[in-house]
Amino acid sequence: MKTVCLYFEIHQNIHLKRYRFFDIGTDHYYYDDYENERSITETAEKSYVPALEALIEMARKNPGYFKCAISLSGTAIELLENYAPQVLELLGELNETGAVEFLAEPYSHGFSSLKNPEVFRDEVNRLCKKVKSLFGKSPKVFRNSCLIYDDEIGAQVADMGFKGMLAEGAKHVLGWKSPHFVYNCCRNPKLKLLLRDHSLSEDISFRFNDSNWSEYPLFAERYADWVAQLPEEDQIVNIFMELCALGIFQPLSSNILEFMKALPAQFKQRGITFSTPSEICSKVKSSGDLVVEYPTSWVDEERDLSPWLGNAMQREACEKLYSIADRVRAIRDRKLQQDFDYLQASNNLRFMSTKANSYGGYRGIYDSPYDAFTNYMNILGDFTARVNNLYPDMDNEEINSLVTTIKNQETELELKDKEIQKLKSMVARFEAAAPAAAEVEKKVVKKAPAAKKTPTKTVAKKTANSKKAVSPKSK
Amino acid sequence: MKVLMFGWEFPPKIYGGLAVASYCITNGLSKIPGVETTFCLPKPCGEEEKFLRIIGMNEVPVAWRDPDSNYLKGRLVNNTPEDYYRFRDHIYADFNYKGVNDLGCLEFAGGYPGNLYEEINNFSIIAGVVARTEECDIIHAHDWLTFPAGVHAKQVSGKPLVIHVHATDFDRSRGNVNPTVYGIEKDGMDHADCIMCVSELTRQTVINHYHQDPAKCIAMHNAVYPLSEEIQAIEPHKNPDEKVVTFLGRITMQKGPEYFVEAAALVLKRTRNIRFCMAGSGDMLNDMITLAAERGIADRFHFPGFMRGKQVYECYKNSDVFVMPSVSEPFGIAPLEAMQCGCPSIISKQSGCGEILSKCIKTDYWDINAMADAMYSLCTNDAYHKYLAEEGIKEVAEISWEKVGERIYRCYQEVINR
Repeated sequence: MKTVCLYFEIHQNIHLKRYRFFDIGTDHYYYDDYENERSITETAEKSYVPALEALIEMARKNPGYFKCAISLSGTAIELLENYAPQVLELLGELNETGAVEFLAEPYSHGFSSLKNPEVFRDEVNRLCKKVKSLFGKSPKVFRNSCLIYDDEIGAQVADMGFKGMLAEGAKHVLGWKSPHFVYNCCRNPKLKLLLRDHSLSEDISFRFNDSNWSEYPLFAERYADWVAQLPEEDQIVNIFMELCALGIFQPLSSNILEFMKALPAQFKQRGITFSTPSEICSKVKSSGDLVVEYPTSWVDEERDLSPWLGNAMQREACEKLYSIADRVRAIRDRKLQQDFDYLQASNNLRFMSTKANSYGGYRGIYDSPYDAFTNYMNILGDFTARVNNLYPDMDNEEINSLVTTIKNQETELELKDKEIQKLKSMVARFEAAAPAAAEVEKKVVKKAPAAKKTPTKTVAKKTANSKKAVSPKSK
Repeated sequence: MKVLMFGWEFPPKIYGGLAVASYCITNGLSKIPGVETTFCLPKPCGEEEKFLRIIGMNEVPVAWRDPDSNYLKGRLVNNTPEDYYRFRDHIYADFNYKGVNDLGCLEFAGGYPGNLYEEINNFSIIAGVVARTEECDIIHAHDWLTFPAGVHAKQVSGKPLVIHVHATDFDRSRGNVNPTVYGIEKDGMDHADCIMCVSELTRQTVINHYHQDPAKCIAMHNAVYPLSEEIQAIEPHKNPDEKVVTFLGRITMQKGPEYFVEAAALVLKRTRNIRFCMAGSGDMLNDMITLAAERGIADRFHFPGFMRGKQVYECYKNSDVFVMPSVSEPFGIAPLEAMQCGCPSIISKQSGCGEILSKCIKTDYWDINAMADAMYSLCTNDAYHKYLAEEGIKEVAEISWEKVGERIYRCYQEVINR
């Protein structure tokens, strides 16, 4: 039996304003509020609201049958909270139907997965908390910004405890293999990989309304036939896209929503089911390792990082941004952290792309990639100066060594925490076993773990104190 | 195919961009087999390159005289005595009243003298003789100075006329056109069978301000020659602690020099390790020196004066950023040359060359904030500078005069077969 996994991304970046170099050091507000409000309101109106209403309708009409997955970036959540709360309400409504699974992703929709593991972990945790507070469920499956995946990222994600991750079914990675199977990360077999079928996904997200396309106009029947006609062994069809595909890339006038609404009935007729990513991860066995040495993404024909890190300017901007990542993390200043989140968004780098024929040549307020770069670097210049100002009379090496100390202490603390947990559970087990045991024995056992416990706790406290002693200095 | 071309300048005597463009276009055409170009010049110096035939208009008789062949050999710089006698057979009216010399020819001062209108008129009178003598398939006239000659030649020979607009008076005057010049330009365009404009920008001016049929106006972008070995060998002298931002061109209203000074003042408010260089001369030079002093940046702002030949390339090589803030630039070859030397360019959006360049920064000429921002980021961000420098060299290497020559040739064929 075949199953379809539908997934939608909700991401909007915070737009940067025109920032000249003479603003450096005088103006610390980098955002174009008007553009932010305009773009999110427009997107909500044209796409998110009608699309989510359609999904809710599909879920209500096919209870227990229709399912999908959605992920939100942190910046998108913030924008929606501020300017379009009705979208969050609709998401809540969809959540109540039980048809939706929320996935985790980095808060900023940036490239920390490639540049800085600590920042990456921190970002993902923040997003998970946010999603839990909004929808009451902690995500179990992860998707990276722009669906970027390689072995190393897979290993990190597996370490964070996710059981599955979405990735692109890029031809240069799969070769003769089919994306319609579940694979696992070659570094850690616990992490299952769901690979996007880019052809079926983009039939909806890019080509649906293209009258030059040979399959135009596409109807739900034919689309369901395509899925049904796949070879018998192909069990899983992953259809991933941005939610804006419904309403913005494909305008509402193209009847994209009617197409979507017709899909469940057509799939049902052909015996195809819907599944959420975590259902697939728990039910379906992996058919083998997938080796991805170089990062893949879901954009352009190359399916690599070239739209964001394709030219020297983009690499420079990204390098400079993440060069201060550790310091930003160590400072723990909310305002700086927020700016850092917004600056990380992949869109900022996309604006600097010089690739010809790249899909989505939208440049926002910028005339050219050079303009985008200049503006971004001016802002980054001011931001870097602000971060460095918090470390007066210290040169980089000193700061770096301090940052590493803090980092080491944190890992140490984590280890200790784990140890404490372990010991606690041991104590609990002993205590549970105790009533049955003899009284004399009980006394001995009780004393032993207590003796073990105290020293570890003091060590933990000590490290915590020493960390506190460092941070005020650094501020 | 025989092309009769009228031009006002030709290397080695260079007054402005027109000479270089004329040279490059004819040279590009000369690479195409079967194309013979005859180039009519008011006053050749006899040292022009000989890949095409040049006719010195100052040695074409317009009134009957009978000098002997040996005397002519001593007198003529460019034309041969045979040419002289052939031309003499086609004198079509008596121009003795015009003040001809002992050979029956009209003299030219060369360049752009005070009696320019008279010289243009004389040039057109002589063109009548040339057109009657020389057989051709098509007539090509460069810039308004030679338009009357082109029109005259067309009327005499009945051959199609192509005119090449390198600049219009709207560009030179920021909109306050000289009515006489406008009249000559408009008349030339009205009579032309095809109008080649050096950019889409110029093409739009021709269509909108000269009311020409868009169908006969085409954009024919200029190009650059690859750098010679001698120029490539120039070693740049750069101070590692300082950056140099350069303006190079005539310091006149058209080139927008004041925007460069204002942008420089903005940049220098924030940083001091950048020097600005304004090379060239022109009627606004003194105003610019005063302006730089008023803004208090004279210590960082330099005026090295007019540059020629190799000096120009030395200047590009020693610069970190080249700026061309022209208010209206029909094409503007300078940024291409700077990019060849690995110097990233900032150009105004009102420059025609921007239409074929993508690896350069474009701002509005009046937007001094954007210009200052672009200068600052190129000077402070090495990776960015390196990217634009390398990509710029690659991009300009793709733009060649040979390709332009071929395009012009195809255009000729179309006009002839029309």
